[in-house]
Amino acid sequence: MNVHEYQAKELLSRFGVGIPAGIAALTVEEAVAAAKQLPGPLYVVKAQIHAGGRGKGKFKELGPDAKGGVRLAKSVEEVEAFAREMLGNTLVTVQTGAAGKQVNRLYVTDGVDIAKEYYLSMVVDRGTGRVAMIVSTEGGMDIEEVAHSTPEKIATITIDPAQGFMPHHGRAVGYALKLTGELNKQAATIAKQLYTAFMALDCDMLEINPLVETNDGNLLVLDTKMSFDSNALYRHPDVVALRDETEEDPAEIEASKYDLAYIKLDGNIGCMVNGAGLAMATMDIIKLNGEFPANFLDVGGGATTEKVTAAFKLILSDPAVKGILVNIFGGIMKCDIIADGIVAAAKEVNLQVPLVVRLEGTNVQQGKDILANSGLPIVPANDLGDAAQKIVAAVRKVS
Amino acid sequence: MSILVNKHTKVITQGMTGKTGAFHTQAALDYGTQMVAGVTPGKGGTSHIGLPQYDTVAEAKAATGATASCIYVPPPGAADAILEAIDAQMELIVCITEGIPVLDMVRVKRALQGSKSRLIGPNCPGVLTPNECKIGIMPGSIFKQGSVGVVSRSGTLTYEAVFQTTNIGLGQTTAVGIGGDPVNGTNFIDVLELFLADDETKSIIMIGEIGGDAEEMAAQFLIDEAKKGRKKPMAGFIAGRSAPPGRRMGHAGAIVSGGKGDAESKIAAMEEAGISVSPSPSLLGETLAEVLKG
Repeated sequence: MNVHEYQAKELLSRFGVGIPAGIAALTVEEAVAAAKQLPGPLYVVKAQIHAGGRGKGKFKELGPDAKGGVRLAKSVEEVEAFAREMLGNTLVTVQTGAAGKQVNRLYVTDGVDIAKEYYLSMVVDRGTGRVAMIVSTEGGMDIEEVAHSTPEKIATITIDPAQGFMPHHGRAVGYALKLTGELNKQAATIAKQLYTAFMALDCDMLEINPLVETNDGNLLVLDTKMSFDSNALYRHPDVVALRDETEEDPAEIEASKYDLAYIKLDGNIGCMVNGAGLAMATMDIIKLNGEFPANFLDVGGGATTEKVTAAFKLILSDPAVKGILVNIFGGIMKCDIIADGIVAAAKEVNLQVPLVVRLEGTNVQQGKDILANSGLPIVPANDLGDAAQKIVAAVRKVS
Repeated sequence: MSILVNKHTKVITQGMTGKTGAFHTQAALDYGTQMVAGVTPGKGGTSHIGLPQYDTVAEAKAATGATASCIYVPPPGAADAILEAIDAQMELIVCITEGIPVLDMVRVKRALQGSKSRLIGPNCPGVLTPNECKIGIMPGSIFKQGSVGVVSRSGTLTYEAVFQTTNIGLGQTTAVGIGGDPVNGTNFIDVLELFLADDETKSIIMIGEIGGDAEEMAAQFLIDEAKKGRKKPMAGFIAGRSAPPGRRMGHAGAIVSGGKGDAESKIAAMEEAGISVSPSPSLLGETLAEVLKG
């Protein structure tokens, strides 16, 4: 789960992390009121969407010369003008895709005199199974680009969970950032605060880019991106409360209600599969046969009539879908029971597009008989390869 | 021979009185597995589906001589259940539970270091040696005793590999599902090492998916072992060639991020290690048969 920049900063400030003063705003009036509460004379007006690259982004509705999603304002009047231009309009960045995202929230912050920019992030490193802190002197840049062109400018500090964040980790962060004296100590403090926050909030990823050194010698978090482990949200109701569903795909929200893992894609063949690996493999084999999957959908172990019905409805909510491929490796579940569920669900949603079903596992013949005798135009398939060929042929016939 | 489990393995279930735990423990009993007890705190001294229940793993182990534990405890208590099994020095711990917070697994992974335990999973289908021992949720009916070692990050793709190698008559020595989480107990390399050392295992199928670099590490391991003269015929598959970057494909660990973990680099690494990578998951059996023909 992701949160907005202003929410992430508010969370971090609870752990003592220094951030520039700022106030979130949903309307132009609120943005003006926010600016009046800040000391000025410089303000930053920042579009709040769940995507990076906002500063270099462009608003769809404004001309190509218009400014991006992060703007420096020199007066309250300018804050008002910027808020008017940004709110309700669509910001397109390198991370939003061509459709962009509508800006519904702004964050008005204090302007900061920047002496230098740094980078700091944390993730769980899969290789070591530990939390790793990645720091670089090259702040404000695309870190993947830095990693590619100047890997020597990136330091990785791995933290043993049995000991936690020790003073030597903090010093290492400071030295990696080439900081000495008071600033080195500040870096150590902020690194420890960030580690504490990461562990306490069950973060998936925490990125500070940039961490800035101000002209008066302080380290502040200027921008941050924070995401949370969805498996741990049950123990963080305060984080769940920050969820902004307007930033998420409505179909994916609907899917989560039925405990279905669904991701919308750009193709025209809907897929319903049990198991994440098999679901990916089913997408792959559709692509191998020359068409594209419309979605990833894992119905999980218990493919009940209710879940299958919900899955069909989700798949069909995408108007691009010209056919559906169901691929179930029954395993412990019996194929006849799954077949009953598929037939009932197909009838309930009044399925109008071609449906190819591949069933495997216990009672496979009974399952196939149920599909064949359903009176519905369901095409049975013998294996995954056969299924992919049949659904590709069927959608090509339709279109 | 087989790896990890055989007909002598005595197994307990942690979280046995829940619906899932009871169902799959019964299925394991039906398969002929030596299921000897269950652990459900507060239910010590009672019996469930004919098996004695204990309050703690240590008690169950002491009373039954079990060396393996299978965990069906729901996510909030699953890491604690694994830690309890490590504490009781259970040799093999298989955790089926999906949805354990990753930072819980970071702590578990640390606790495994220097311990007497091996953890398989979490978020995995378990381990099965045909006709001898089934720990977890794999369907026993598709297995056949034979010569192929199967290791996979995905449950249902494990079944595909098993089913296809059964159909072409090769059968399996042992199938191991290592799970789809980003931080897990046992990786490809650990299982490949066991398969290379097992005389009965004549060939290996390895199934990976997008995310992380476990497949690349495994490929390098195989290259290094081959230089020492240890090598077995292998077929493989990588799921997720068509997955968009930055999206988590069902499994918590199945994500291409920061330009890392994509299918193509894994396939290239595996092919370089001499694994014949099947373009389609429906051709795993055929691909392996081709390799064996030479």
